[in-house]
Amino acid sequence: MKTLLRKYGVWVAAAILFAVLPAVFTSNFALTLLCKMGVLIIFAIAYNMLLGQGGMLSFGHAIYFGMAGYCSIHLLNGMAEGMPYFPVSLFPLFGALVGLVMGIAIGYVSTRRAGTTFAMISLGFGEMVTAMTLIFVTFFNGEDGIQADRWVGPEPFGITYGPQIEVYYLIAIWCFLAMIAMYAITKTPFGRMSNAVRDNPERAEFVGYNTQRVRWLAFSLSAMFAGAAGSLHAINYEHIGFESVSAIQSGAVLFMVFIGGAGHFLGPIIGTVLLVFLDSTLADYTEAWLLYLGLVFVAIIMFAPGGLAGLIVMHEPMWKTDVRLLRKLFVPYLLALGSSLILLIGAIGIIEMIYFITIIAVGRVDMHLFSIPIKVNEVTPWLVCTALIAVGVQGCRLSYPKVAESWNDAMIAVKARIAG
Amino acid sequence: MSTVLKMADVSKSFGQAEIIRGINLEIEKGERHAIIGPNGAGKSTLFNLISGKYKVTSGTIDFNGQPIHNRRPFEINRLGLARSFQVTNIFPRMSVFENVRCGLLWATGHRYSFWQLVDRQKDVQERTKLILEQLNMSSRADVPAGLLSYADQRALEIGITMAGGGEVLLLDEPTAGMSHSETDYAVNLIRDITAGKTLLIVEHDMGVVFDLADRISVLVYGQIIATDTPEKIRKNAAVQEAYLGTEAH
Repeated sequence: MKTLLRKYGVWVAAAILFAVLPAVFTSNFALTLLCKMGVLIIFAIAYNMLLGQGGMLSFGHAIYFGMAGYCSIHLLNGMAEGMPYFPVSLFPLFGALVGLVMGIAIGYVSTRRAGTTFAMISLGFGEMVTAMTLIFVTFFNGEDGIQADRWVGPEPFGITYGPQIEVYYLIAIWCFLAMIAMYAITKTPFGRMSNAVRDNPERAEFVGYNTQRVRWLAFSLSAMFAGAAGSLHAINYEHIGFESVSAIQSGAVLFMVFIGGAGHFLGPIIGTVLLVFLDSTLADYTEAWLLYLGLVFVAIIMFAPGGLAGLIVMHEPMWKTDVRLLRKLFVPYLLALGSSLILLIGAIGIIEMIYFITIIAVGRVDMHLFSIPIKVNEVTPWLVCTALIAVGVQGCRLSYPKVAESWNDAMIAVKARIAG
Repeated sequence: MSTVLKMADVSKSFGQAEIIRGINLEIEKGERHAIIGPNGAGKSTLFNLISGKYKVTSGTIDFNGQPIHNRRPFEINRLGLARSFQVTNIFPRMSVFENVRCGLLWATGHRYSFWQLVDRQKDVQERTKLILEQLNMSSRADVPAGLLSYADQRALEIGITMAGGGEVLLLDEPTAGMSHSETDYAVNLIRDITAGKTLLIVEHDMGVVFDLADRISVLVYGQIIATDTPEKIRKNAAVQEAYLGTEAH
């Protein structure tokens, strides 16, 4: 029982979480957010099968997401006009099939090469499909996209998908199943060799694996799950537009996975939850939020290439060998974090004030910065923010090397334990 | 004795430079065959030709009667010819256990399977454990391979190579960069774990070569100038002049 719980406890907890979330966050706004998160979590983990597990950077993965969405919308509309009934609850399977077929076809061409060539080909296909949305109007309906009504056909068990809460549970169940499936795939021979091909393709060839085959399979499976997500996306919004196949969506999923961390299974989930939440809340507080998102992205790439999950996982060797090693890192981390925070507050202050005087309220001077009323035509707030930046920068310059130093000390200790 | 590996008139050029110049060599089943020669003689190139990393310019290479020249590395590996690398070539982010396991997944028939959990495959797990025991690394099975010491990474490299159960093993300077005691340990390890297999080995350390090899081929400027037992190679005048005379005393 105990071992069973340890093995499957995380999944049980996840299932309970999915079940009770709408009871905890009862507002319509929260429900909309949760639905969006569920759909994009599937998409992000699917994308990470490619980027994190397989080492393939795609700039066009929204193709499979969006195309499955378009096909699902057409299927809904077709059913409304008398086409044979296909249960709406099983739409993700239909979307997965669309994604899989497209993934096999496009993957055959693009996975023959890895690295930059692969990335460029993916960009090309992405742009091609985006262009097609404006050319093949009967299928894509140009910039307007297509509407559909998800409330069609018979109503098994009284489920109509009229109320949003029913859609939430549809998304939650499929998200849960997809998570388990994609996690399990990482633990199969294929999943392990996908990592091997990512880390050292040459060696993988010399233990009997055709690296192109491994990449092609990873690509096809990833497209399949992206398709399932796209189908749910279409049901959720009852609308699909060209942006769902375009670079906007491809870029969004790349951001989510990178910020969350491509190296760990939890990374895409963390990234999706965080970005979807920030996307819909920060936008209310500041107009400059896309700028902040960009800065966060740059900062993550520079200082934590493993993303947020990577920051956590990089301490794994330490807590596995000796938890006390972590304690020594605490103070340096706190100092570095404090300095960064001071720098951040100063920078945000300056950005917000510039934004205020140039874009939001030209000519006005009264604004609120961190809830403090200030006048932007006075020198004091600018001076204070500049001083904060200066203090923060100096603090970072002093504290960051300390972090690196104590980190190295801890790693040396870990290596000593391993060798001894 | 039967021939497992047969090279006939094998040549390899890179642009104008002819690195391998008409090599004829037959490796007998079960022998330990060393290839020695001065730096730049083409030893690693020869390995890269046999294992499929490079395509031959002319000539043929047969493995158990089947032509393997110009076939791709994974095809050659699947036939039962495995190689190690001069520069350590492992999966540094994976655990020691997983490194070895990657070496035997294809050979145990699991191939591209994405419908079975690999931890549940008894054959794979048992065989991996067995190899780790032979390598003396069972206690470090869960350590990320990149954190191992250099000598241990070299040993792991050999472990990955022999994990697939190939009948012919190509080891490219397995003791390169090792200390004396590490070399001794590695030689014993190689002798133990390759028992019953055909071994083709490139090595700089003469002690290792004369200790381990049944036969030795001397490669100079892309040509084999002698193939014989260690004693006879030691006494061979041409070899002494070309190679041993300058490096060994």
